[in-house]
Amino acid sequence: MAYTIKKATEIADKIFEVWIDAPHVAHNACAGQFVVIRTDESGERIPLTISATDGDLVRIVFMAVGKTTTQLSDLVSGDTIQDIAGPLGQPSEVKRWGRCVVIGGGVGIACLPILARELKAIGNEVIGIIGARNETLLLLEDELSAACDELVICTDDGSKGFHGFPADILKQKLEEKTIDAVWIIGPAIMMKITSIATLPKKVKTFVSLNPIMVDGTGMCGSCRVTIGGETKFACVDGPEFDAHLVDWDGLMQRQRIYPEQERQSLELYHEHKCRCGEKHE
Amino acid sequence: MSISADVVKSMNNRPAEERILDFLEVEQGLSEESAVLEALRCMGCPRPRCKSGCPVNIDIPAFINEIAQNNFRNAARLLKKENMLPAICGRVCPQENQCEGLCILGIKSKPVRIGALERFVADWERENGVETPDVAPSTGKNVAVVGSGPAGITAASELARAGHSVTIFESLHKAGGVMSYGIPEFRLPKEIVNAEIDQVLSLGVDLKLNHIVGRSITSEELLAYDAVFIGTGAGLPYFMGIEGENLNGVYSANEFLTRVNLMHANVFPEYDTPVIQGSSVAVVGGGNVAMDSARVAKRMGAKVYLIYRRREEDLPAREAEAANAIEEGIEFICCANPTKILGGPAVSGIECVRMNMCELDESGRPCPVPVEGEEGKFTLNVDVVIEAIGQGPNPLLASLIPGLKRGKKGNIIVDENGRTSIHHVFAGGDIATGAATVIEAMGTAKKAAQSINEMLK
Ligand SMILES: Cc1cc2nc3c(=O)[nH]c(=O)nc-3n(C[C@H](O)[C@H](O)[C@H](O)COP(=O)(O)OP(=O)(O)OC[C@H]3O[C@@H](n4cnc5c(N)ncnc54)[C@H](O)[C@@H]3O)c2cc1C
Ligand SMILES: Cc1cc2nc3c(=O)[nH]c(=O)nc-3n(C[C@H](O)[C@H](O)[C@H](O)COP(=O)(O)OP(=O)(O)OC[C@H]3O[C@@H](n4cnc5c(N)ncnc54)[C@H](O)[C@@H]3O)c2cc1C
Ligand code: SF4
Ligand code: SF4
Ligand code: FES
Repeated sequence: MAYTIKKATEIADKIFEVWIDAPHVAHNACAGQFVVIRTDESGERIPLTISATDGDLVRIVFMAVGKTTTQLSDLVSGDTIQDIAGPLGQPSEVKRWGRCVVIGGGVGIACLPILARELKAIGNEVIGIIGARNETLLLLEDELSAACDELVICTDDGSKGFHGFPADILKQKLEEKTIDAVWIIGPAIMMKITSIATLPKKVKTFVSLNPIMVDGTGMCGSCRVTIGGETKFACVDGPEFDAHLVDWDGLMQRQRIYPEQERQSLELYHEHKCRCGEKHE
Repeated sequence: MSISADVVKSMNNRPAEERILDFLEVEQGLSEESAVLEALRCMGCPRPRCKSGCPVNIDIPAFINEIAQNNFRNAARLLKKENMLPAICGRVCPQENQCEGLCILGIKSKPVRIGALERFVADWERENGVETPDVAPSTGKNVAVVGSGPAGITAASELARAGHSVTIFESLHKAGGVMSYGIPEFRLPKEIVNAEIDQVLSLGVDLKLNHIVGRSITSEELLAYDAVFIGTGAGLPYFMGIEGENLNGVYSANEFLTRVNLMHANVFPEYDTPVIQGSSVAVVGGGNVAMDSARVAKRMGAKVYLIYRRREEDLPAREAEAANAIEEGIEFICCANPTKILGGPAVSGIECVRMNMCELDESGRPCPVPVEGEEGKFTLNVDVVIEAIGQGPNPLLASLIPGLKRGKKGNIIVDENGRTSIHHVFAGGDIATGAATVIEAMGTAKKAAQSINEMLK
């Protein structure tokens, strides 16, 4: 079985949006869930968040960082991938919270549209905050300003919007009004630092953890994370957890198990691409 | 050494020094002549004891008699009437506790090698043209089977042969369950697993991979089928809960075996999935899963220790597997238990404590008690630790179906017909029994499928 790519676009620097025809995933997908993808027979299984759905189509948004994501970024409309399994993981805790803040950092911004829309659909007020290193790495601004009641854009270098970090805006919002729930999705270090802001007022804060996974169905334990001193499997118990209970150092350590192999894999892929005479940036 | 070299001699194995260099099959099959000779040893007992040891009720004397008559085609037909996975069972059934364990000849000398004969017939048929069994006319009923391990595959074949329209949902990208991701190639070649599964699919069964039931298919969608069989297995790995367990280089046996067997990490970078190539590996546990993990690590070039908390004679693994592991140079450290994994961020060693054997516990084995003080402690320098201390029932689906009764450990509760607390939902295999064997999974699945066939009449 192969699954067809219906649309593939580079939407920011090295960040790609790909729509895949996968009705079995699209029909029952909720915010907070992810898919596991395998590009071809010799490929690795990698998890990617479900960023949106439309009929039979599922959208993934990813940054080309290693072998698999680079290979995915080279696919064009009409190409196929070998496998897409999902939706996996627990859906986000979407209920009537009142006022919610959803924060995306870097490619983590991609996880927000589906979440913001679901929260808003049942009557929450949704404030979006998105941040990236610079303007070229921002994504989905229009879509998010439509999905949120308010959207604040930040860049680390000030090239667009607020000059600073989402954490700064979050602190400001927490001063100004009551916030009932916060989602922070992005690189581990960004989630760790940003979630400190909600500690003093004990605002319920969710983060989406991204440890290395294999099956994504609770069978291998590769994705184990420590939450409030307990071992949890991110793929079935999460990926969203209470930010204030996460063992961040443990997570970040387990994200870096295979640096050497990842480098080797990517190098080999580039070499192979050159030999096959494809374009090579 | 308490594990006898005899067990190994009675098998037709490739030499250890050769086989540890590859992943090819260790045990070689019988030749036609030796199969016929072995078949002639069977006395064709009128009330065969062997048969009561076979969970799928193969008519053992009858199929063996066909081999003795050189009629391999008939032997295959007889086998497949009861068992659609004979090449697999012939290889991985713990025959010493099943059919062969009860064979009357075993009382005075050696039992008939039923497993080896079964394997011979199945391999013969695969090479000489496979016959697809008859399928009853369509009943118009739709049955969903969840999971494509031995339980799901067996249920699907029984149900399809009865004329129902059967759909198997499997969450992974490959069918077979533990037969594909767990049991290594050198004991059960994947080519054989694929071929036997394909035979079941050729009965008209629809296999949907990458479908997680409970997620891709909601429980309401599932319950809308005329009947449901759940065979989701015991895939949840347990961890010891000791310090250092989350260091880089600590694997559950499931993860290590999945990376190698299913994802081919042993030939990285040809395949993209990596695994840490330990130079020195500690496997914790004493069952078949531990033996498989140790033997895989060995084939990837490591020095391998197997740490087991009781005595060698208490090892829960099949004697033949333990003997194979020893022959392949795995160092067994019995009466020892890990207390801490050392290193950071990568594993650098494992600290253990020696165990004294005290009074018998409820399993009838001596209870291991740690030796107090410094004299009981020792450390091994290893860079990979594989924990093979057991698996629990896969909790995902069972927890998503409202009204489905589960036991304390999370297993689905079934009656003697395989029926769950929901009238048209049945279950079998490891999800119902707890981690068991391929043939027991098949036996319970067959029973459940027969109950479904009864119900749908
Ligand atoms: C639940 C979940 C959702 C995710 N959603 C997204 C998303 O929407 N967009 C996105 O760009 N990224 C997402 N990621 C991260 C993404 O899975 C990794 O970036 C991807 O696997 C990298 O693969 P690669 O071969 O391109 O890179 P590699 O060179 O193999 O790895 C680069 C880095 O990615 C991580 N990684 C590698 N393999 C895996 C793996 N099998 N599982 C998880 N992480 C791995 C490692 O930390 C590694 O350092 C998500 C991760 C998780 C766990
Ligand atoms: C390493 C190892 C070695 C073993 N060696 C032997 C041996 O030599 N001999 C022997 O007899 N037994 C052996 N066993 C035990 C034997 O493999 C199991 O008892 C048997 O596979 C159980 O079969 P099952 O069909 O119940 O489950 P499984 O084989 O576990 O299959 C369950 C399947 O269901 C799928 N699944 C789970 N949840 C869902 C869901 N929600 N939706 C869709 N699909 C789902 C899983 O992906 C899996 O493919 C071994 C086990 C292991 C782990
Ligand atoms: S299926 Fe297993 S138990 Fe039954 S006869 Fe064959 S080897 Fe023996
Ligand atoms: S018990 Fe042994 S001798 Fe008797 S029929 Fe069975 S295999 Fe043959
Ligand atoms: S990825 Fe295997 S258990 Fe979570």
